[in-house]
Amino acid sequence: MQPILEAKDLHVAFNGVKAADGVSLSIHDGEFLAIIGPNGSGKTTVLNLCTGYVRPKSGSVHLDGQDITRLAPRAIARLGVARAFQIPQLFSDQRVIDNMMLSLAAKDGLWTMMRPLETEARRAEAEALLGLVGLADDKNRISNTLPEGHRKLLDIAVALALKPRLLLLDEPTSGVSALERFPLMEALMGALRQRQITALFVEHDMDVVARYANRVLVWNAGNIMAEGHPDEVFKDQRVLQSVVGVA
Amino acid sequence: MRVVLAAASVVVLAILPMFAPWLQFVLTLAIAKGFAALGVAILLRAGLISIGHAMFFAASAYGVAFLAARGIGDFASLLVLSVVIAALTGVIVGAFLVRYRAIFFAMLNLAVSMVFYSLFAKLYGITGGSDGMAVPIPSVFGMVLSEPAFKDVLFYLSLVLMVVIGLGIHRYLDSPLGHALSAVHTNEVRLEYLGIPVWAVLLIAYVVSAALAGLGGAIAGFAIGRVVPDFAFWTASGHLVLVAVLGGIGGVPGAFIGALFLELLHTAAVTVTDAWNLIVGAALIAVIMFMPKGLYGLFAREKGAER
Ligand SMILES: Nc1ncnc2c1ncn2[C@@H]1O[C@H](COP(=O)(O)OP(=O)(O)OP(=O)(O)O)[C@@H](O)[C@H]1O
Ligand SMILES: [Mg+2]
Repeated sequence: MQPILEAKDLHVAFNGVKAADGVSLSIHDGEFLAIIGPNGSGKTTVLNLCTGYVRPKSGSVHLDGQDITRLAPRAIARLGVARAFQIPQLFSDQRVIDNMMLSLAAKDGLWTMMRPLETEARRAEAEALLGLVGLADDKNRISNTLPEGHRKLLDIAVALALKPRLLLLDEPTSGVSALERFPLMEALMGALRQRQITALFVEHDMDVVARYANRVLVWNAGNIMAEGHPDEVFKDQRVLQSVVGVA
Repeated sequence: MRVVLAAASVVVLAILPMFAPWLQFVLTLAIAKGFAALGVAILLRAGLISIGHAMFFAASAYGVAFLAARGIGDFASLLVLSVVIAALTGVIVGAFLVRYRAIFFAMLNLAVSMVFYSLFAKLYGITGGSDGMAVPIPSVFGMVLSEPAFKDVLFYLSLVLMVVIGLGIHRYLDSPLGHALSAVHTNEVRLEYLGIPVWAVLLIAYVVSAALAGLGGAIAGFAIGRVVPDFAFWTASGHLVLVAVLGGIGGVPGAFIGALFLELLHTAAVTVTDAWNLIVGAALIAVIMFMPKGLYGLFAREKGAER
């Protein structure tokens, strides 16, 4: 079966630091693929490469067999890839609900100049998604007044609102309190399954990875040092040393 | 409540000149500048400061004078064509400038506007050089009017356009496209990742803003009866930014409130003192320091927002 996303031999360096040093990976329909690895090992970089935000020096990225290596982020987004960021990327002086509705509108009706952003349908859909991530009570707040953890959740909800086929999540549970972490992941995974969204998530919390990932890639110094089912990977002595020990 | 206030203000504006006829010219000019300042305010929502929008104001005013000299004598045609000229100029200039941000955007608008200024001043054969061009009194739907009658028509039409176009712009700013425009200011990365082409959002806004400045320029040209290169001078552009900031960019009425406030203040101040600039400067400092949302902020409330 053809993978949804396939990266081959990606190379990129910043000031001599090899942030991606021959990365190849593929993700298949319906998978929940986790990426773990120490700080600065290039996890975020691979998301940047796969979404057109950073151009690789060499290598390629294919989405459903189509070469997207040189496409802009907005073109890749329109092909059905959405992203939630390590540092939330929000419209900080707009209300939470407006952030959501703009994302919904981006999907269906941006080019109507004379109809309001806020429609019954859009509001209802936005509220449902906010409820899913536990932000129902915050909908009328200006988004930069939210605590960091809630900004993170909003960022995920905004990405979900695009109804992507593939969702890339960069440390979705960082900044989210330990108590809220599992309820959030439960809700998120339920929504992904229900909407048949494939997901790739960078994650520091090993318990979260062990519980939700079908497969895990272990990053080290710009490349993948180990790969497999979480149960096996977490037995690997090298992995324990380089990642789990640090994280 | 706010609708009532707005409607009442428009009615007051409409009847004021009946008691003080000399005010009619001042108010017409204020509305003209209000349109142009609204154009500037639209771009300000995206965090972009144009110190060059007087070029569209002037391009359209010159368009009126030029077309009138070529035999087009109908008011409506002149008005529409001149706004189209400004919009097309906006397409061309905007296509180059919308990729720039911050100080680069501001300075490039200024630079292009000074090119326009020089052309208006130097192309003596076409533009009349620093003497400018006369704007004759056009016919209105085939009727030849006396000057006072035309100025009445111009004033009341400006007032109507202020309401109608103001409502149109309000809808635009409230639409997904308008929200995307404000979003340029806060997060272009997220916009890109939503699949929204930022350049297109900005180009549309730029053309709309140029057309608004053009409408203002055409009205001003008709009101004054002459266009001169100074219409495009950078201080005129600066004045538009000042009006927009003073009035407030939170809503469409801001630009008109700012323009009316400044024109009336100007009219009042010059009769009693020559320290006009001092007064304007002080007013601006007061607004920026104490009313970050401009004069409009005094009337407006954030819709349902909790801080
Ligand atoms: N745009 C950039 N410019 C310069 N250096 C960069 C850039 N992006 C990443 N780097 C560098 O590349 C390396 C990998 O960074 P990256 O953000 O991908 O790591 P990460 O695995 O996501 O780390 P973390 O766990 O801290 O998020 C780091 O040394 C980082 O400083
Ligand atoms: Mg990272």
